[in-house]
Amino acid sequence: MRRRHLLGAGLAIAVAGMAGSAMAQSEIKIGEINSYSLLPAFTEPYRKGWQLAVEEVNAAGGINGKKLVVISKDDGGKPADAQTAANELVSSENVAMLAGTFLSNIGLAVSDFANQKKVFFLAAEPLTDAITWSKGNRYTFRLRPSNYMQAAMLVEEAAKLPAKRWATIAPNYEYGQSAVAVFKKLMSEKRPDIQWVDEQWPPQGKIDAGPVVQAVAAANPEAILNVTFGADLVKLVREGNTRGLFKNRSVVSFLTGEPEYLDPLKDETPEGWIVTGYPWYDIKTPDHDKFLKAYQAKYNDYPRLGSIVGYQTIKAAAAILAKAKSTDPEKLIAATEGLSMPSPFGEITFRKIDHQSTLGAYVGKTALKDGKGVMVNSVYRKGADYLPGDAEVEKLRPKD
Amino acid sequence: MAFYFVQFLTGLASAASLFLVASGLSIIFGVTRIVNFAHGAFYMLGAYVAFTLTERLSGALGFWGGIVVAALIVAVIGVLVEMVLLRRIYHAPELFQLLATFGLTLMVQDIVVMIWGPDDLLGRRAPGFRGAVDFFGQNIPSYDLFLIALSPVVLGVLWLLFQRTRWGVLVRAATQDRDMVAALGVNQKWLFTSVFALGVFLAALGGALQIPRDAVHHALDLRIIVEVFVVVVIGGLGSIIGAFVAAVLVSELNAFGILIFPKISIILVFLVMAVVLIVRPWGLFGKPEAAARRTPGLTVNPWRPLTSGERMMSISALALAATLPLFAGNYALTVGSEIAIFVVFAASLHFLMSVGGLASFGHAAYFGLGAYGVAFLAKAAGLPMMVSLLLGPVLGLLGAAVFGFFAVQLSGVYFAMLTLAFAQIVWSIAFQWVTVTGGDNGILGVWPEKWAASPANFYWLSLGITALVVALLRVIVFSPFGFALRATRDSPLRSEAIGINGKRVQWTAFVISGTVAGIGGALFAYLKGSVFPDSVGISLSVDALVMVLLGGVETVSGAVIGAIVFKAANIWLVSQTDLSKLVLGGFIVLMVVAFPKGIVGTLETIRNRRRSSKAKKSALVTSRIEAAE
Repeated sequence: MRRRHLLGAGLAIAVAGMAGSAMAQSEIKIGEINSYSLLPAFTEPYRKGWQLAVEEVNAAGGINGKKLVVISKDDGGKPADAQTAANELVSSENVAMLAGTFLSNIGLAVSDFANQKKVFFLAAEPLTDAITWSKGNRYTFRLRPSNYMQAAMLVEEAAKLPAKRWATIAPNYEYGQSAVAVFKKLMSEKRPDIQWVDEQWPPQGKIDAGPVVQAVAAANPEAILNVTFGADLVKLVREGNTRGLFKNRSVVSFLTGEPEYLDPLKDETPEGWIVTGYPWYDIKTPDHDKFLKAYQAKYNDYPRLGSIVGYQTIKAAAAILAKAKSTDPEKLIAATEGLSMPSPFGEITFRKIDHQSTLGAYVGKTALKDGKGVMVNSVYRKGADYLPGDAEVEKLRPKD
Repeated sequence: MAFYFVQFLTGLASAASLFLVASGLSIIFGVTRIVNFAHGAFYMLGAYVAFTLTERLSGALGFWGGIVVAALIVAVIGVLVEMVLLRRIYHAPELFQLLATFGLTLMVQDIVVMIWGPDDLLGRRAPGFRGAVDFFGQNIPSYDLFLIALSPVVLGVLWLLFQRTRWGVLVRAATQDRDMVAALGVNQKWLFTSVFALGVFLAALGGALQIPRDAVHHALDLRIIVEVFVVVVIGGLGSIIGAFVAAVLVSELNAFGILIFPKISIILVFLVMAVVLIVRPWGLFGKPEAAARRTPGLTVNPWRPLTSGERMMSISALALAATLPLFAGNYALTVGSEIAIFVVFAASLHFLMSVGGLASFGHAAYFGLGAYGVAFLAKAAGLPMMVSLLLGPVLGLLGAAVFGFFAVQLSGVYFAMLTLAFAQIVWSIAFQWVTVTGGDNGILGVWPEKWAASPANFYWLSLGITALVVALLRVIVFSPFGFALRATRDSPLRSEAIGINGKRVQWTAFVISGTVAGIGGALFAYLKGSVFPDSVGISLSVDALVMVLLGGVETVSGAVIGAIVFKAANIWLVSQTDLSKLVLGGFIVLMVVAFPKGIVGTLETIRNRRRSSKAKKSALVTSRIEAAE
């Protein structure tokens, strides 16, 4: 009697197991990792973006008839924890691919994990050039325009300025260092006549803005390159405004036009800075209109750049999975290389040569409108136009 | 010339903000001996509440009133925290309160995002202090001048409070000799609560006053807390004037330092602290701590080796752990390896803290050095895995030998802060020396060789090394060296009198502990396949402290349990919820209240109580010894 009971229980478990695997066969899982608890200002809109994309993909019939499921994990801003999460997603959840990440070092950690475990990884946000070039690998692709591309876009405008004496302010870590290095290199190529008169390296998140502003002013530059963002940028702008640092000086600034960083400046937004960013209120293309309407309808809020990145990451993942018709990493790579797809910014392509997408960015000037910071005279710069030639890229990237 | 003067004033303004917060911390520490990790959280709450109030209330009165009211509101929150939480654990082992305040800090970080949203908030400018004053063509923000004027005023008020009121006399007396004040019949509860309230008020005021020049966001607390601790220690614990001088010193060195070395900010305060502590072991204005009046041998339950029954239990627990690969999946095994590695790390710190009586706040330095050691050997020198694993920790050993030599000259919190300074110096080298360490992008591709690559094999390897290390540390505890070390911990004078060279014994213990931490780091590098400056970072050092305290600092091997509980809870919560900090913080606070001596410590106490109620005789003996002391 007892024995039969056990048998029955065993059968029940087996049946339940089969039902589970049948469920699994009708869905495709993507593992997503980001610094939700450390950087909520960026990752909250980002999450809204990808959730919208998942909804749209499934409303349109999923991926070749299968339901798309995203399993999302927090990395707390630590590379080691990101790897734990990646491992869980791959080993326990059996996801078809990894996606996401914000900070460069976390992007690199997950990319190295993907390379080791032979898992497809779509890096959403990390800006470091290393992820596609010096430390690039065949399993990793990246969506956002890299440090180099954004620098090249800004240099194009900066080189037109008459200024000859330049100073730089950048957070003291890899992102700030490489942004300044690339900007200086490209700028000096275009304008051999300029001089670099001062550089300031406040620690990320801990700028003591008064002394920094004062030190830059003492070098009396004609133009300033800024790479700080977030709370550091707010402090820098406030001190700079009060002390008159930006008066009669041109400023070129990375990322400042992104709503995440521009909006907190409110009525203290400095005018006339040349910035990269996302003027969602000024973009009048059908692709973007569609995205904007859907986003506002769902969340009753305006999108930030993070929303675009999150949205397009999942859209891209869906396009890749649909084309590959498989979750085999090799087939995913083959499908992604050279794949073109629509995005809210227009068509983008994942390059075969370095796995970088050609998503671009908007370049414009900051202005004040109704007590709020906005970008004006914005122009979309296609990513493809701001990447070095193939021969150079081949030198930068290790062979697979 | 005008420029240097203005730069000097700018430095003073930065010093003013630092001083307000530091003075509060210094007062709290001086009287209650609480290492108040939540001080930064109160600072941040002050800024957030002030932001809300100043947005609602209009006019100059609304602004300044909002600032003061915000500080008062947060002070009330502080009083609640003190009365509900901290009062329960004043009798817990030293530093245990750190655990409670750490848990609170984690919770506050999530709570402010839930209340005020994730975006950076821009507060109002102060009415009447919007612009700048022209000084020979240089602009000085008038708000800076206000702050510069405010800090001597606060200093003066505090001085009057401490020198001219009865309350102040009591506070100074308690700072100097807490036990004597208690013996004289002063109500300590009331004194502690009022001191805590004042300290929190100053922290919140410091935060509230930042809103016209800063953005209000959820990482404000971590930005300030370490720096403020450093300032307090440089000035000398409990010394308000010391905190003021140290704040000015650090801020001015930074203001002028960046003119010559623009990258100096990242490490400056720690360099200053290391130099000051090596030259003046009690800070600039501090006094040597009064000799502890603990009765040696009675503060902890007497230690003994495991009985044969307990030994069998430990071995079966280990055997059980070794069967994990038979039924668990790859993810569980990798988590298992990670937990095992953190057991090694926590055990190394526990050895130093409980056996040596030396609490290190920078133990991640040696963990990280071991990890970087492996990365260099495996990547740069291309050595095989076993060789790298054996030689990697040598870097941890060398680091511990050098830093330990200086650190063991100090004791108590000064020792802790000097180890923190060394850890930050190692961290900034790892962070800055991009050509060698890869900077914050780290060293990638340090993966184990094929034989150890499978999660099961790596798990067995980690588990084996962990078991060896923990057993070895226990052997050392009960060796003659271990007894000498405990003697030095319990009574430096008596142990010196019987011919023990205390400093050398402690230094040796430091080196052993650093090397073991390095072993953990070496394994960690292979587990993750990469090394980042994070593994030298403050948060890892704090994690180790939390594990040791959670396990129970007055036990022989409590850290093993502490590490397993904390790491497992941490990994599980981070994976399950986005509010992991809130839940983990709440969990820690609950553990603190439920297990005021740490998990293992409390269980042991309960067991001992049962045993002693069975054998009343032995209890009688104990009480007789107590009476004799």
